Amino acid sequence: EKFGLGRAALPEEIAAWDKDVAPDGTGLPAGSGDVLTGEEVFADNCAICHGDFAEGVDNWPKLAGGDGTLADKDPLKTVGSYWPYLSTTWDYVNRSMPFGSAQTMSTDDVYAIVAYILYSNDLVDEDFVLSDENFLDVEMPNAGGFIIDDRETSEAHFWKPEPCMKNCKDTVEITMRAAVLDVTPDEGGTQEATTPAEEAAAAPTPAEEAPVAEAALDPEAVKKGEKVFKKCKACHQVGDTAKNKTGPTLNGIVGASVGARDGFKYSKPMKALADSGAVWSEEELAAFLAKPKKYLKGTKMSFVGLKKETDIVAVTTYLKSFQE
Amino acid sequence: AGDPLITEMQDWASGLGDGVDETPYGLPISYESDVVRRNVEWLTADTISSINFTPIHALDGTITPQGCAFERHHSGAIDMKKGDYRLMINGLVDTPLVFTYEDLERFPRENRVYFCECAANTGMEWAGAQLNGAQFTHGMIHNMEYSGIPLRTLLEEAGLDAAGDLKDKWVYVEGADASSNGRSIPMEKALDDVLVAFKANGEALRKEHGYPVRLVVPGWEGNMWIKWLRRIEVTDQAVESREETSKYTDTLEDGTSRKWTWVMDAKSIVTSPSPQAPIKHGHGPLVITGLAWSGRGAITGVDVSVDGGKNWQPARLGAPGVDKALTRFYLDYNWQGEEMFLQARAKDSTGYVQPTKTELRETRGENSIYHNNCIQTWWVKSDGEAENVEVS
Repeated sequence: EKFGLGRAALPEEIAAWDKDVAPDGTGLPAGSGDVLTGEEVFADNCAICHGDFAEGVDNWPKLAGGDGTLADKDPLKTVGSYWPYLSTTWDYVNRSMPFGSAQTMSTDDVYAIVAYILYSNDLVDEDFVLSDENFLDVEMPNAGGFIIDDRETSEAHFWKPEPCMKNCKDTVEITMRAAVLDVTPDEGGTQEATTPAEEAAAAPTPAEEAPVAEAALDPEAVKKGEKVFKKCKACHQVGDTAKNKTGPTLNGIVGASVGARDGFKYSKPMKALADSGAVWSEEELAAFLAKPKKYLKGTKMSFVGLKKETDIVAVTTYLKSFQE
Repeated sequence: AGDPLITEMQDWASGLGDGVDETPYGLPISYESDVVRRNVEWLTADTISSINFTPIHALDGTITPQGCAFERHHSGAIDMKKGDYRLMINGLVDTPLVFTYEDLERFPRENRVYFCECAANTGMEWAGAQLNGAQFTHGMIHNMEYSGIPLRTLLEEAGLDAAGDLKDKWVYVEGADASSNGRSIPMEKALDDVLVAFKANGEALRKEHGYPVRLVVPGWEGNMWIKWLRRIEVTDQAVESREETSKYTDTLEDGTSRKWTWVMDAKSIVTSPSPQAPIKHGHGPLVITGLAWSGRGAITGVDVSVDGGKNWQPARLGAPGVDKALTRFYLDYNWQGEEMFLQARAKDSTGYVQPTKTELRETRGENSIYHNNCIQTWWVKSDGEAENVEVS
């Protein structure tokens, strides 16, 4: 029985959404990218979380390494050591990355990034070019490392007609205690969750006067800063519709009080800095952006820092274009 | 002297309470503000792609209120209006279709209660007792009554003649959020009991659970219950997306990994007493209670041990077991301050008996991450406090 509900999907609608790529290459668009281009695109879009060499930053996933560790106590599962199909990497990068700006990269850039990830796993040479034509030639080391769920046979002994009820074992001794590790979060509950209002009240009042508007910003410098800001965009938003994401909003951040964005849950060190009355002057901001973890030990900002001073100046100029 | 709460006039017995328009949508009373979802900060890199835990230690019955039901997102909980919602069915179908939310409301629908458990629930305990509380060890689970359309109905509306023999066909399901979380589901399951749901516990889904529409895949791992469901594609192979290869696969001791381990095995947990719910009332009557469930069928019985698994006694079920839904169990006990090693063991309608941690490790090692359904032990001490331990 048909209900006659809905309407036919148009070809352009299907093309817009149907982007998944299967192991046999179904769905893979034509294109290509080389390792060296990939290294650049990766540095701009991926390195902030995954590290310059795909080695991973903080708790973000490592994409390279781990060869031969799958039977170890703590296996390192990466694209190289674990992922059985290259299609999965291409598909995931294409549809779901970068984190916070998904589906913003060109097809060729995706090929280039995947080529670079293969290179960082020592699976191809640096002159390698990945394309839809040689895609299926790439051999993934762990392609044969999977079996289909066999619990009903390998664990058939878990189906027991009469489980033991009396005198099932001789002794019961404690072999491990959770209290020894002490990794359980505090109950906290009501105390811990300060409301945004309370947090705002606790924060020092914003710098008494907004800095006097400086000379109009150089549009070229703003443009350059916008490019640098791509490294920040996965976590921070600016503009009219900006919301707190992994990082707080940054409108008007230059000259603002540290740690004062409503509703953002700052790290403890950042809160302490805020309580001291600190302000994001251009100098402080520059020092923070150069080496975040060195400037503020324990900050949640998992970013390695901007190496070039010109980049710091540019991004600060860009941020100033969002002063309120 | 008499209890002043009885002998003295209390304010509430004389003055007035709140009017009916005080809270048009009610929240729990302030005294229950500790019954909340909690996050384990060190588990993930940030809170956007992360998980929190249902406070199962503080709940009773079987239905999880939406407001404290665990959340797991891969790119954050998105904000989508019903009016902006579109669901596409494409691939090997006779006519690829697009539905609006209003279209979905016009299909015949059903009500079913199912548990949704993350495959990683209890995953932090593989290598040893680690987190001190049922919320953290077993809280990646919730159980709701869903109102929705059988996926079969929507697939048949698009027509499956084009797919030919359905035996080796799949559906690939995908969400509208930036993670575009997608999973492949064999056609047999898709045509069996999968629901396209838009209400839970009688009201609209919460944003964090996929408002306005999510997939319900009864008995199977939570990652497949796609939220903000936007596309269903009929295919002739599994897509082998990131969430079904690099994640949600179970690495065994020899380094090979099981894939397509969709079904959640039978499992149970004593929710009280437990580390976050110690005994505070002294000796005498004690209600030992907990939850049991199985992705293979209904719970037929739960045994409880107070001596670490030497001896077992059947618990009383709060209600007969329901297919692929949570079952509440009780053991009404007379506690005289003795130390207990509390355990529960679930049995389901297929004859499966929940294994010990040792039994699980013997077949799987310690690196599976997912599908840890072992028997859990709480060490209840003479002062009524409880701790997460492992016993021989």
